[in-house]
Amino acid sequence: MSTEKTIYKKPTSLTDRPFTYCWGCGHSTIHKLIAEIVDELGIRETIIGVAPVGCAVFAYDFWNFDVTEAAHGRAPVVATAIKRVHPGKTVFCYQGDGDLASIGMAEIIHTANRGENITVIFINNTNYGMTGGQLAPTSLIGQVTTTSPNGRDVKNYGYPIRVSELLAQFEGVKYLERVKVTDAVSVIKAKKVIKKAFMNQINGVGFSMVEVLASCPANWRKDPIESNEMIDGEISKYYQVGVIKDVK
Amino acid sequence: MRKGRIIIEVDRCKGCLLCIAACKPKQIKISKKMNKTGYNIVEFCDEGKCNACTLCGIICPDAAIEVIEIIETEKK
Ligand SMILES: Cc1ncc(C[n+]2csc(CCOP(=O)(O)OP(=O)(O)O)c2C)c(N)n1
Ligand code: SF4
Repeated sequence: MSTEKTIYKKPTSLTDRPFTYCWGCGHSTIHKLIAEIVDELGIRETIIGVAPVGCAVFAYDFWNFDVTEAAHGRAPVVATAIKRVHPGKTVFCYQGDGDLASIGMAEIIHTANRGENITVIFINNTNYGMTGGQLAPTSLIGQVTTTSPNGRDVKNYGYPIRVSELLAQFEGVKYLERVKVTDAVSVIKAKKVIKKAFMNQINGVGFSMVEVLASCPANWRKDPIESNEMIDGEISKYYQVGVIKDVK
Repeated sequence: MRKGRIIIEVDRCKGCLLCIAACKPKQIKISKKMNKTGYNIVEFCDEGKCNACTLCGIICPDAAIEVIEIIETEKK
């Protein structure tokens, strides 16, 4: 005789709609982790997400809680407004690197500098996924993209921006950590880090951001396993995983 | 050894193979079946070697895997 017990399953904070992201896409993993955290913290009724422009523009179809949508790059400002009007809610913005580090660079800098008590999940996949893999401020030196067919050349495009390190200088910023989600161990670690960024907000600590090194297999022209190898290799060599700032 | 089995939600699976790489006892394989989106999905081999470690579920980007632990209630 035996009995059966479910020990892992899709979180209830995800809807039944399958993700429309490409196979192995980092967005899917992070959506799942955020949903698991929302379930664990029991905040499904009190959390409000702000989705970006980019592949995650339809995030509201996948998360089974309140999510709104901001114009390209403006998510931190919309999140600021929501948090100020509803200080009791847990408010987060979810942004790609084109959204946050390119068109939205001003918004993230000022939001961080003001030390808004919000949580930012920053998905760094080193290119503009949705529009076809163009160069992003975060693309690596030498990285071939559709707008840098000969590889990123610093003379024309400058150096890849380490946004987390850039934001670390602002006094309003309380917590910054960079993670990856390339295997089960790093996924478990990333979940703990994202959970801490939400707990900081709930405990009134202040502005917290988690940068996730995410894969974009479709535009990198690699399969999901090769994509994760690239993150474990050259991407995390330039963007080192770990705590960047943690003000207790 | 802990025993388990998995259920793969066909229409969430994209056959990305990350679960296959994560499964140490090699209990998941790519199948010839296609789901309604057109992805070749993976399937559970069910050879009694699954130890309910949940690593496949944790790495699955698409939340397509449910892991079930089988608990023996009577000793033979
Ligand atoms: C004001 C404005 N400018 C440009 C665009 C075109 N556009 C859509 S998504 C995108 C980039 C998205 O890249 P990223 O933020 O890295 O997200 P990903 O798709 O990689 O997740 C751009 C430039 C737009 N929608 N709105
Ligand atoms: S284009 Fe890249 S970022 Fe967008 S869904 Fe596909 S893999 Fe993900």
